[in-house]
Amino acid sequence: MQRRSLWRRRGTLVLLALCLFLAGCSSALLDPKGQVGAEQRTLILTAFGLMLIVVIPVIVMTLLFGWRYRRSNSLAKYTPDWAHSNVIEAVVWIVPCAIIAVLALLTYKTSHSLDPHKPLESDVAPIEIQAVALDWKWLFIYPEQGIASVNEVAFPVDTPVRFRVSSGSVMNAFFIPHLGSQIYAMAGMDNDVHLIADEIGSYPGRSTNYSGAGFSGMTFEAKVTDTADFDAWVETVRTAPQTLTYPEGYEALAEPSESNPVEYYSAISPSLYESILRSFHTGGEHNMGGEHQMGAEHADSLDGETANTTDHAAESGHVTNNHASQDHAMRSHPSSVEAGG
Amino acid sequence: MFGKLTLESIPYHEPIIMVVAAIMAIGGIALFGLITYYRKWGWLWNEWFTSVDHKKLGIMYFIVALVMLLRGFSDAIMMRTQLAMAAGDAAGYLPPEHYDQIFTAHGVIMIFFVAMPMVIGLMNLVVPLQIGARDVAFPFLNNLSFWLFAVAAILVNISLVVGEFAKTGWLAYAPLSGIEFSPGVGVDYWIWALQISGIGTTLTGINFFVTILKMRTKGMTMFRMPIFTWTSLCANVLIIASFPILTATIALLTLDRYLGMHFFTNDFGGNMMMYVNLIWAWGHPEVYILILPAFGVFSEVIATFARKRLFGYMTMVWATISITLLSFVVWLHHFFTMGAGANVNAFFGIMTMIIAIPTGVKVFNWLFTMYRGSLELTSPVLWTLGFIITFTIGGMTGVMLAVPAANFVLHNSLFVIAHFHNVIIGGVVFGMMAGLTYWFPKAFGFTLDEKWGKRSFWCWFIGFYVAFMPLYVLAFFGAVRRMQSYANTEWQPWMILAWVGAVIIMLGIACTIIQFWVSIRDRKQNADVTGDPWHGRTLEWSTSSPAPFYNFARLPEVGDIDSFWSQKQRSEEQLEDAPYTDIHMPRNTVAGPVISFFALVIGFALVWHIWWLAGVGAVGVFASFMARVFNDDIDYYVPAAEVERIEREHQLKREQQLGVEAQA
Repeated sequence: MQRRSLWRRRGTLVLLALCLFLAGCSSALLDPKGQVGAEQRTLILTAFGLMLIVVIPVIVMTLLFGWRYRRSNSLAKYTPDWAHSNVIEAVVWIVPCAIIAVLALLTYKTSHSLDPHKPLESDVAPIEIQAVALDWKWLFIYPEQGIASVNEVAFPVDTPVRFRVSSGSVMNAFFIPHLGSQIYAMAGMDNDVHLIADEIGSYPGRSTNYSGAGFSGMTFEAKVTDTADFDAWVETVRTAPQTLTYPEGYEALAEPSESNPVEYYSAISPSLYESILRSFHTGGEHNMGGEHQMGAEHADSLDGETANTTDHAAESGHVTNNHASQDHAMRSHPSSVEAGG
Repeated sequence: MFGKLTLESIPYHEPIIMVVAAIMAIGGIALFGLITYYRKWGWLWNEWFTSVDHKKLGIMYFIVALVMLLRGFSDAIMMRTQLAMAAGDAAGYLPPEHYDQIFTAHGVIMIFFVAMPMVIGLMNLVVPLQIGARDVAFPFLNNLSFWLFAVAAILVNISLVVGEFAKTGWLAYAPLSGIEFSPGVGVDYWIWALQISGIGTTLTGINFFVTILKMRTKGMTMFRMPIFTWTSLCANVLIIASFPILTATIALLTLDRYLGMHFFTNDFGGNMMMYVNLIWAWGHPEVYILILPAFGVFSEVIATFARKRLFGYMTMVWATISITLLSFVVWLHHFFTMGAGANVNAFFGIMTMIIAIPTGVKVFNWLFTMYRGSLELTSPVLWTLGFIITFTIGGMTGVMLAVPAANFVLHNSLFVIAHFHNVIIGGVVFGMMAGLTYWFPKAFGFTLDEKWGKRSFWCWFIGFYVAFMPLYVLAFFGAVRRMQSYANTEWQPWMILAWVGAVIIMLGIACTIIQFWVSIRDRKQNADVTGDPWHGRTLEWSTSSPAPFYNFARLPEVGDIDSFWSQKQRSEEQLEDAPYTDIHMPRNTVAGPVISFFALVIGFALVWHIWWLAGVGAVGVFASFMARVFNDDIDYYVPAAEVERIEREHQLKREQQLGVEAQA
């Protein structure tokens, strides 16, 4: 008896230690720092709990039946020709069907509510950051501020961020585990994901989709700050000596490099992100018949400090064209249709 | 003259590769020497390599699969060791250049050269016997399928020493696998190995589809077929419908790489997501090609060792058929993060979950087969119980991944790795081990050692949980797949734990090897003279062990499901007094190995751009195929007297053994 209680105490200790250990490690998905991540944690735990309704009985029955009906147990009933029962058949169909029906409903609802393309509801005006996956680093472009950075992204807390995500190389995926949803970065395609952070802090981000030799080092830091610190960060970047021109500067940056250090660019070529997208739409014929409505909407986002005012008219025209070609690429790809709309 | 191939293509400077190559060379030379010394080349060639006997082909599939399992597992333990070391600033011992080849090779080898040949090998060994046929519908094609698979395995192994293997992940996603981002020969090895073995697999699919539909013995209607035959039929339907997609997709990638086309490139109108869609349109059915026959094995094993009819036969069949159909409408769940619209994601998510329903029903049917049974806890039963528990957990994590909104944080993480090992080890590996132990006596005439079999099970079972549960945990910390190193040192303890699990699994593999050794040593004691060591229910147990090359001296007749069982219950000796008749059998053929050899030449030549050699290979394939086509001498009759002699001999052996037992 005494020995058993000793073991039990030890077991409790081990469990406690394990919990502490787990808590010590920062579990990004179970300790989310934003609305999207929090909803996804709830969703994962709900789905998990629902399925345990079947999984636990199955495991118990396996052990129970395996032990009770073992050959050496002469007490158990043995009915060699019993192979059908309407009641059991009904139960084993209805229970999984019911659980899957609930899960399906949950799936349908959350597919819409957590659709990465859906803007987040907030009183604060959203900001747009464009993320471009390169070999093997992340380029972040701030079109409104006219700046860019490599392997570091900053944005204010409680502000919805629309990340437009593309690639200048092979396919990658943009992911900040603490904040939720990842999205693929594909060359020539304009994908997007809306995220928000509700706690100031610095969160690791990375590419999750294998992209070659430097993939492991393709990480970045997401700095979530208050508005004042964000403005300060923008000012720091604006004082950086480097600027990013397209195509020369961009092409130099796009050369493969591993574990690239953080870099700041105080100024960028206008519509840099669009230029990168367009660079893959080779062949010229795509530029016919643009959907001007979308182009116009897009030109809005380029207004402000970014676009050089003297070049503004020319620039807008350019963007319209570009958008048409983008739209062409999207048509072959359901995601971006959704993304554009 | 030699295309891109130069002496520099051999990685002398890589000590790990050179050591492995040296071990392989020494092993190869030793094997070659032994065969020569014992003058077994003629025997090997005449009795095995050129054989069209489905049982021998099944055994050869298994042998190659087990050898490749060792290679695939070496990759696994190397990866786990690397990840146990490479935390924080540590770089580990494998640079990305090497590590990336290893995880690609691990995936390719385990799926195409271990799991597939085990499944196909088991179908070869068992299906014709279960349906009471003398062989498959196209025996020569069956031999050709095996050899195409075998040379593809050789091509993969050549890549270890000559050149490099792909560094793209097992599905070689474009555009990474395109010529711009993978200019080396690695992807080309991947392409030609999969094309050659893929053609073999497609031929197998056609062969077994026809065999099961057309060659069932008298009285065996579709709904009297054993469940393993049913699941094999569905797996072959999946092969026929899905493998052409793989062949076409890889062909398009080949055009991109060799002729500068732009199907999947970033620019000039190429679309990499088209590649991802196509490859998974094949890839998802592929996992059901592997798991359905494993389901069949568990159904046979559990009914036999519970000495009870399988619960819900019709449900089992319809569940299998519905899984077969549904497996074609779920492929998009492999890339929800592509960014498709909410409705598209919801559709594929819900379709995926629906598959859980028939699968869950199957699980309950196995449970209710045990219920009120008389379960003998043999090693195949342990594998089955281990499967039910493990696969249920794997199914649960699979459904979690199928919820698109949850997938957005779980995709590409170690959660995915843990999930599919959960279902592939827990389902396919456990299933193949159960099937191997269960049907081994039918192939060789003696049973496998139980003690070592159970040890192997416990090592695999415990090892699996120790190796893969930490990966689920790591996924919640944000760890992703295919990382060669990681900055966060908090992950390291879990990585080390996973390494310990891999070592435990290694012990399981060692137990299996010892099991073979011990069983062969004790084969006299473990001989199965009755042909029915487990008190089986289906036709394969009605013939002697090992089954004679013509399978059945007299073709059996079937009256219901589990016909052999009910015959035994009625203690009928079927047609005992009927005279033997001549048996029509296919002849062995050299065409299979010869055509495949030339296919290997083509593959190697195309990898290295040695165009003249590819031409030689093509002419060789064509000429040897034509030679086979115009050969009329492809069959013969076994005279009734010969059949009688063989059966008498077996009868005598059986009586002697029974006499010995009676005396003792």
